[in-house]
Amino acid sequence: MPIISIRDLVVEYDGRRVLDGLSLDIEHGETMVLLGGSGSGKSTLLRQILGLERPKAGSVFVKGVDISRSSAAELKKVRRSIGVAFQSAALFNSLSVEDNVALTLREHTKLAPSIIELMVWMKLAVVGLAEFGKLHPQELSGGMKKRAAVARALALSPEILVLDEPSAGLDPIVAADLDELIVLLKEVFQVTVIVVTHELPSAFRIADRIAMLYKGSFRAVGTKDEIRGSQDPRVRQFLDRIPDEMAKAPAVAAYFGKYLQAQEA
Amino acid sequence: MANVLEEVGKSTLDHLDYVGSVNIQWWTTLRAMGNALPFVGNRYRWKESVRQMLQIGVDALPMVSLMAICTGFILAMQGASELRRFGAINYVIDLVAVGFTRELGPLLTAIAVSGRSGSAFAAEIGTMKVTEELDSLRVMALEPIEFVLAPKYLAALITVPCLSIVSNVCGILAGGLFMFFSTHLSPMLYMHEVFESIQLRDVITGLIKSVAFATIIAQVSCLEGFRVRGGPDSVGRSTTSAVVKSTFLVIVSDAVFTAIFYFTVKH
Repeated sequence: MPIISIRDLVVEYDGRRVLDGLSLDIEHGETMVLLGGSGSGKSTLLRQILGLERPKAGSVFVKGVDISRSSAAELKKVRRSIGVAFQSAALFNSLSVEDNVALTLREHTKLAPSIIELMVWMKLAVVGLAEFGKLHPQELSGGMKKRAAVARALALSPEILVLDEPSAGLDPIVAADLDELIVLLKEVFQVTVIVVTHELPSAFRIADRIAMLYKGSFRAVGTKDEIRGSQDPRVRQFLDRIPDEMAKAPAVAAYFGKYLQAQEA
Repeated sequence: MANVLEEVGKSTLDHLDYVGSVNIQWWTTLRAMGNALPFVGNRYRWKESVRQMLQIGVDALPMVSLMAICTGFILAMQGASELRRFGAINYVIDLVAVGFTRELGPLLTAIAVSGRSGSAFAAEIGTMKVTEELDSLRVMALEPIEFVLAPKYLAALITVPCLSIVSNVCGILAGGLFMFFSTHLSPMLYMHEVFESIQLRDVITGLIKSVAFATIIAQVSCLEGFRVRGGPDSVGRSTTSAVVKSTFLVIVSDAVFTAIFYFTVKH
């Protein structure tokens, strides 16, 4: 049985359809990358998987619980098995890095402070930030913030790790470091990893399977090789970095020609 | 005509929605308050409540005191300029003492707290929303109202009445200074007259008001923060809105409370 099962998911904002009947199964222990361009609906899909929004139609099952219809208590229970690192890291600036990581342990467990301290140190050590626990988020670099967010996501040893655009805004070396960290975490902790990204090198490094989103629908779902070999025009356009018609030189020239004609008239 | 009716209807529904949201949020906060309490609650939340108390209460002391002293002087001088004509300057003592205890102490404090802390609540929560920190709390199975609002509300409930008492004392002392310089009335005699004119019910009604004002400021300001949509510019708008709405509602509720106390308490 898949750990996450999405069935005929439809999401609309003000009558505008953002996700159009998506279905997808994510198996235990696999790394699923949700790939797509800006506005393709991947962040919306992520919010549905986290139960942050309710769909117009369809269901999202996480560990067998339909979180699109579950009660608040059921949703809380499911969420304790999900660790999330947001795109902006979303660390609490008023707390130190170690307090950020310790937060869920203090709130959801009855562990002694010394045990929590040890666990926090271990999680920070895993992401290479053991020496930076006393710092506040605003004192960290972009890459360190993302690592701290991953450490916080790992605090309760979740079964599912969700990473939203982990390498966005990072230089290629830091981004590659983070990719290796994700691969390592999956091997060490045996977690199911869901990564939302539009970075192709990152996606092909970490993914077991890739789901390619375009305008709210899946254009292709498959292994890295299957996606690489896809002949779907939108998948090829994304992989081969081909601009849309509007961005092509003749289209731009025609637009400016019309503009100049209008000015002369 | 249809457009006007449509606008009126929409505006009415929006206001009802707002009132409903504040009430639901208030009820949810009350249910979540247990964890913010000392000894029985979560000790990390209690620490946050104490931090909020320092910010709302201790940091506001100089401002509230100065506002009360200035207002005390103003009230005494304005009262004296009229009462002197009737040879009743001693009634300035009653005016300042009763005026501050029942009315001005809680109201001035509420206006100061609304400007200082109400705006800070809205800005903090609005920024947390924009930077996905509220979503982050939710996915960690923590409720933002319980985690962010409850400590603020508890702190406001404790500090606003305390600040009101400080404001009362400062205003009354300012009146005493004025009486000393203008009529050479001794401070001891002034204080004796003050205690003669104030009754316990004046203090209690003032404190009831300050608890209501704390509720309005905390709930309205935090709701404005939670309703932030979009980017940083909307945080600025929510901050302004928090101060304007909470100050307005504090004054309206003050009028309602004063009317209730006037018509229900036997004089």
